[in-house]
Amino acid sequence: MRVAFTVNGEDMAAEDVWPGESLLYVLRERLGLPGSKNACEQGECGSCTVYLDGVTVCACMVAAGQAAGRAVRTVEGLAASGGAGPAPDSRLSSVQEAFVEAGAVQCGFCTPGLVVQADDLLARTVRAGGPAPGDAEIREALAGNLCRCTGYEKIIEAVRTAAEHEERAVRRGGAR
Amino acid sequence: MSQTPAARARGDAGSAAGTRAGLSSTARGGVGTSPPRPDGALKAAGEFAFSSDMWMEDMLWGMTLRSPHPHALIRAIDTAEALAVPGVHAVLTHEDVPGEKRYGLETRDQPVLAFGKVRYKGEPVAVVAADHPETARRALARVRVDYEVLEPIADARRAAFDPDCPLVHEEGVPAHPEYNQRGNIVRHQPVRTGAFAEGADAADLRARAAAVVRGEYRVGMQDQAFLGPESGLAVPAPDGGVDLYIATQWLHVDQSQIAPCLGLEQERVRMTLAGVGGAFGAREDLSMQIHACMLALRTGRPVKFVYNREESFFGHVHRHPAAMRFEHGADADGRLLYATLEIVLDGGAYASTTAAVVGVASSLGVGPYEIPHVSVDAYGVYTTNPPCGAMRGFGAVQACFGYESQMDRLAAKLGMHPVELRRRNALAQGSRVATGQRIDMPLPMAEMLERVRAMPMPARRGELADPADPRTLPGGLANTSRGERVVRGVGYGVGLKNLCFSESFDDYSTARVRLEAIGGEPAALVHTAAAEVGQGLVTLQGQIAHTELGVERVTVHPADTSVGSAGSSSASRQSYVTGGAVKAACEAVRERVFALVRERGLVAPDHPAGDLALEGGKVVSAARGVLAPLAEVLGTGAVEETRVFRHRPTRALDPTTGQGDSHVQFGMCVHRAVVDVDVELGLVKVVALDAVQDVGRAMHPRQLLGQIQGGSAQGLGLALMEEVQVADGVIRNPSFTDYLIPTILDTPPMRIEVLEHADPHAPYGLRGAGEPPTLSSTPAIVAAVRDATGRPLTRAPVRPEDIAGVGD
Repeated sequence: MRVAFTVNGEDMAAEDVWPGESLLYVLRERLGLPGSKNACEQGECGSCTVYLDGVTVCACMVAAGQAAGRAVRTVEGLAASGGAGPAPDSRLSSVQEAFVEAGAVQCGFCTPGLVVQADDLLARTVRAGGPAPGDAEIREALAGNLCRCTGYEKIIEAVRTAAEHEERAVRRGGAR
Repeated sequence: MSQTPAARARGDAGSAAGTRAGLSSTARGGVGTSPPRPDGALKAAGEFAFSSDMWMEDMLWGMTLRSPHPHALIRAIDTAEALAVPGVHAVLTHEDVPGEKRYGLETRDQPVLAFGKVRYKGEPVAVVAADHPETARRALARVRVDYEVLEPIADARRAAFDPDCPLVHEEGVPAHPEYNQRGNIVRHQPVRTGAFAEGADAADLRARAAAVVRGEYRVGMQDQAFLGPESGLAVPAPDGGVDLYIATQWLHVDQSQIAPCLGLEQERVRMTLAGVGGAFGAREDLSMQIHACMLALRTGRPVKFVYNREESFFGHVHRHPAAMRFEHGADADGRLLYATLEIVLDGGAYASTTAAVVGVASSLGVGPYEIPHVSVDAYGVYTTNPPCGAMRGFGAVQACFGYESQMDRLAAKLGMHPVELRRRNALAQGSRVATGQRIDMPLPMAEMLERVRAMPMPARRGELADPADPRTLPGGLANTSRGERVVRGVGYGVGLKNLCFSESFDDYSTARVRLEAIGGEPAALVHTAAAEVGQGLVTLQGQIAHTELGVERVTVHPADTSVGSAGSSSASRQSYVTGGAVKAACEAVRERVFALVRERGLVAPDHPAGDLALEGGKVVSAARGVLAPLAEVLGTGAVEETRVFRHRPTRALDPTTGQGDSHVQFGMCVHRAVVDVDVELGLVKVVALDAVQDVGRAMHPRQLLGQIQGGSAQGLGLALMEEVQVADGVIRNPSFTDYLIPTILDTPPMRIEVLEHADPHAPYGLRGAGEPPTLSSTPAIVAAVRDATGRPLTRAPVRPEDIAGVGD
């Protein structure tokens, strides 16, 4: 079957899709977007987290056909479309930049899912004019994303930093 | 497919908490600073090419048929129906293996594809290449294998000691007499010291002890649970060879196992490291490497394999489950007099690294304590359980849970504080471990214990702003507990780990460094085959070149087999060994630059070499200041040197007495855990997990903290939740739904103090840092749960039923 939807604002279509294929498979193997990761393909690890019509989902648990006609945003599109980047020409969003700077990236396999999920947390809090999330709130928001390398300490630090950065940007009225 | 772009030369203030005694000031981006990792931005952007991201236009999908039985004879395999599925390009069995039918890291005992017999559930029997993963799955369902099911050999103690137990490898395996190999025993390593070396038995010593404690301890099978599944792409080459893009821990040892099985010369199997999604020991052994190459060579098309999570549980070795019987005796002051240990490690169906794991478990079985009389018997055993091999901590983790549990038991018996008992018996520089090896580097264990004990305690429950907030309670927002029966406990753990490869292994690394002027600026290129598995070695290599050559522009070449072996990213060894090789190659390059400086007449021909240095892109004389920009000295030429670095040699353990200087270096971490336990529900929340580790030199303070925190979290998993549950040879929980690893909610804040007492034998004085925290965190947490519950808790992981109902 043919499946068409928008990815990171661009119209895309995949041909000859077998109905059993997941959105994750189509993104990775048919559309050349392997940023979303395939760590468990059981909906347990969060490494394939993408936005589907603005809601974060595990792309491995969404049949490709369910995405037809809808808007998908992946880690590859995060810098362009979400968050207040540290500089207008940066290829990283503020969350991604904070992950790199804090040392929250080791092997990096969980990182794409985590930065999408953290982006969603900031969208719901500081970008909506609310206060920066506390540690307990950060932990709850990221509880569905497994990381095996870091022990999570640097991840919390990164999200905290990104939240503060965006909070300042919102106060200055500089958020997109 | 390049995933190692130029190292960005940028420093930061270094964010490591705690003491960093003796940290010398260095150039930004050099050794001792914390520049961002060169692959960090790509990874955060989703643009880094992991092994499962490899893709080619005309590639096929490889898939593996695995044995449904833990132990069975194979009578026949029929692939005809599978081959007839449209879209299937090849179905291969053992008959199609072009060369050697078996491979293995230490013992060549593992079939590429099973023949005659299967020895564990999940053993590969056939592989298929097809145009789509679903086509491959349908084809596998049509391969007919006629099995004659045999009784599984599931109990390691029976396999080792019951003479009537059938052999797992009845046809024999390559002999290792130095390992006391016999029957199903892969290795038996005794250690005898003091009176035990003279033939005394435990009864003689027991009579002299004021306090004796005995315990039987078990450690469950732990999975490395790296997130990036086994995967890779094999591309057939016009010369009849193959190019393999693969996630592994050691390219060259893979190559040396793959080539003979393919019937190819080693140089025709060219390997490039693809992005590695974590390793932790699970990528030491081969998984799909030979299968992908066989299918690529047979079909003439690129072949990609990607295991899913369930298959990954069958696709790599696990941490050996251990059954241990420990006895310790001490005098009335708590000074240890003797210890007897029996450690049985279930190696499963194939040897993998079992013999080396036994070497570590035996030599470090009594841990970091001075004990005059020691008797250890450590066994690694074949069974028809899933094969076990390397996982972070490698035999020392299991022993550490045993000896630390014993120390707590002894302290309780003597009415001493557990820290005081440990301090009294602590090893130090100049002490000898049980193998007779003298510790000739700093080992400030007593200081580390005092420091961890002095760290601030987390707030008590009553001091919390809102003690009823479920997020502060065991069970969290699931609202399982209201906190009526929550009890706090505190526990300590100390672990001693050997670093680098031991027991006379020729452990070396190779580095090639090229220095040239590009666009008027000096630039260095570092090329090794060392596997970046997430630990940050790629950053470290750049830092070393930065420091040694005084250049900011450093590029680390992708790791591949076109340069000599770097050895394994295992045993916490790469900073030491590959770090040492990069340093040595840089020094050789530097000497050649100084020769150019003399040739160009910038200094006299007899100018003392010690006066010259490369700093900030310039050639500098201590006496005369800046002599010339480095780029100008280099001109249009390049200076390139390759060096091999070896650590000092080690010796084999005596097969009878277990004596010998078997280790290169010792690492130590000390943990204090604070837990809240709901004793009605059997739920544990780790409130704090603080640590002190001596690393000799903090090469990259921020990455170092990541290693210590990550290792501590894996120890937390083993303490409280992680176990591959095997019943009669069958894994019951091969998924992240049922095999639980710590989430961000399970992992507490971790305060880390880093000490830097330099090891005079090591490059920069550094000490491998990745493994020690994985040892000590588990017993510290279990001790804290014991403190809270009063239960003996002789098993890791602790299960809810072990702690529920306290006080009923």
